[in-house]
Amino acid sequence: MNVNFLEFEQPIAGLEAKIEELRQVNQGGEFDISIEEEITKLREKSSELTKKIFAELGAWQISQMARHPLRPYTLDYISRIFTDFDELAGDRAFADDKAIIGGPAFLDGQAVMIIGHQKGRDTSEKIKRNFGMPKPEGYRKALRLMEMAERFKLPIITFIDTPGAYPGVGAEERGQSEAIAYNLKVMAELKVPIICTVIGEGGSGGALAIGVGDRVNMLQYSTYSVISPEGCASILWKSAEKAPLAAEAMGVTAKQIKELGLINTIVDEPLGGAHRDHDGMAANLKAVIKQQLAQLTKLSQQELLDQRYERLMSFGYC
Amino acid sequence: MSWIEKILPRTKSEQKSNVPEGVWTKCDECNAVLYKIELEKQLEVCPKCDHHMRISARSRINSFLDQGERTELGADLEPRDVLKFKDSKRYKERIAAAQKATNEKDALVSVKGKLKGMPVVVSAFEFSFMGGSMASVVGARFVKAVESCLEHNTPLICFSTSGGARMQEALFSLMQMAKTSAALAKMSEKGLPFISVLTDPTMGGVSASLAMLGDVNVAEPKALIGFAGPRVIEQTVREKLPPGFQRSEFLLEKGAIDMIVDRREMRDKIHSLLSKLHHKHN
Repeated sequence: MNVNFLEFEQPIAGLEAKIEELRQVNQGGEFDISIEEEITKLREKSSELTKKIFAELGAWQISQMARHPLRPYTLDYISRIFTDFDELAGDRAFADDKAIIGGPAFLDGQAVMIIGHQKGRDTSEKIKRNFGMPKPEGYRKALRLMEMAERFKLPIITFIDTPGAYPGVGAEERGQSEAIAYNLKVMAELKVPIICTVIGEGGSGGALAIGVGDRVNMLQYSTYSVISPEGCASILWKSAEKAPLAAEAMGVTAKQIKELGLINTIVDEPLGGAHRDHDGMAANLKAVIKQQLAQLTKLSQQELLDQRYERLMSFGYC
Repeated sequence: MSWIEKILPRTKSEQKSNVPEGVWTKCDECNAVLYKIELEKQLEVCPKCDHHMRISARSRINSFLDQGERTELGADLEPRDVLKFKDSKRYKERIAAAQKATNEKDALVSVKGKLKGMPVVVSAFEFSFMGGSMASVVGARFVKAVESCLEHNTPLICFSTSGGARMQEALFSLMQMAKTSAALAKMSEKGLPFISVLTDPTMGGVSASLAMLGDVNVAEPKALIGFAGPRVIEQTVREKLPPGFQRSEFLLEKGAIDMIVDRREMRDKIHSLLSKLHHKHN
């Protein structure tokens, strides 16, 4: 079993392995046209199979996609969408939380402020990034950068990808609740456009704390939920193993959430998911961000703030 | 305290034979047997050990506001099961059971009235309604409270007691955090004070939004207040939590709240605060 493929992706993994094998053969020995034809056939088959599997993904499978070990993270998008990113560190009070990164950059020549959760790829980086679970100092760094963005009139682009805010003793002592709450309040009134995109896991308050904006997008196979499917299952079903049921019941997928009117846009992922084509994914997302930014910069400051407030007030009952 | 003192209420007890059943209750903290009417007079605070028991949203508001004219805000709002959520029970059934048990439509009550003559709006969570969880109606009633304050230039006081966001309304519940916080930003913008009173327990999404956003954050003694629940933290850090962790006294020491106030002194204290913060409008 290929660990870089999820369980439901395994049939694709088998085909891909075969293709790779044939390719090796054709590179090593003499070029054989029949092998090349075979490869083309297999590629088509793999693509068909991928289409078929991905057309029928359930909420739980999409939850796994959102956490795929090869899925692009914030820094992968920054390097592909923006130029001249200057990472800024620290909350000026306690520490630099590496589960949230941020700083100014150019988006095709336009200066913007980027803020995003950051997960780690290998073990040591995962630990350094605390698995993408921020502590209060992370949210306060984000706040500092957002206020800086307002001061220098930079639109804010956020990338959401966290299992949730970190549940630890120190985080509680330093006011995890207050840090999240305060960001929600400030983001509601920041005088610059804010575009937020859930790129992987949108885990509860820890996600929302950088997720209040004028446009909120979700990648096709990302998730956004009030509590993790495991957490919900262990409370309501008394067993974390019922997570697939909880994911389905809560409706954590982009499609379900778009239908409820809680997000603006679903950003299409390349065939087989964002992890199969980082460049293609980044290009899709860049196009959406650029288009939204163009719309938002046309608005007056008052229009921008009024529309943001109306959007927030429209959630649930008015 | 000797055992005999424990069982004798502080009030002059009537002859036992004249007392109908159900007039006695026990303090969950010190086990003292208490006379219910006396306990009500003490606003559900044990007269022996000062333990603050849970109090319903209605009793809270009734005892906090002046007698006289009051208007409930958003009373007509009722929860809807948009997601057709079902775990071991249907959400619809859970709503019906909670409504029957509490006589409330949902977990927050907002009322406009007066505090020692000063017009105010009070919101209070009902913990017995699905653990005081925040979902669409709670968010909407909180916003109604804010809107009334903005219209009439009045301060807002909210008594929180909640396990957090309500899972059965999923992302709608999460979005109430953003909604209520955005409404509070309008209060600040207009220079209207918001006093947040955190009572036992105030956790999760409620603590990580409106409850921590008071111009003044007040807590009742020994209330459990935090973002993550103690069990979740214990599982994460794999060690026992220090005694008093996430209690009001701990939060006061860490600088998260301004003061701890006994429920029986709440009216006086909050009026005292508002008489200064809201002086321009008095």
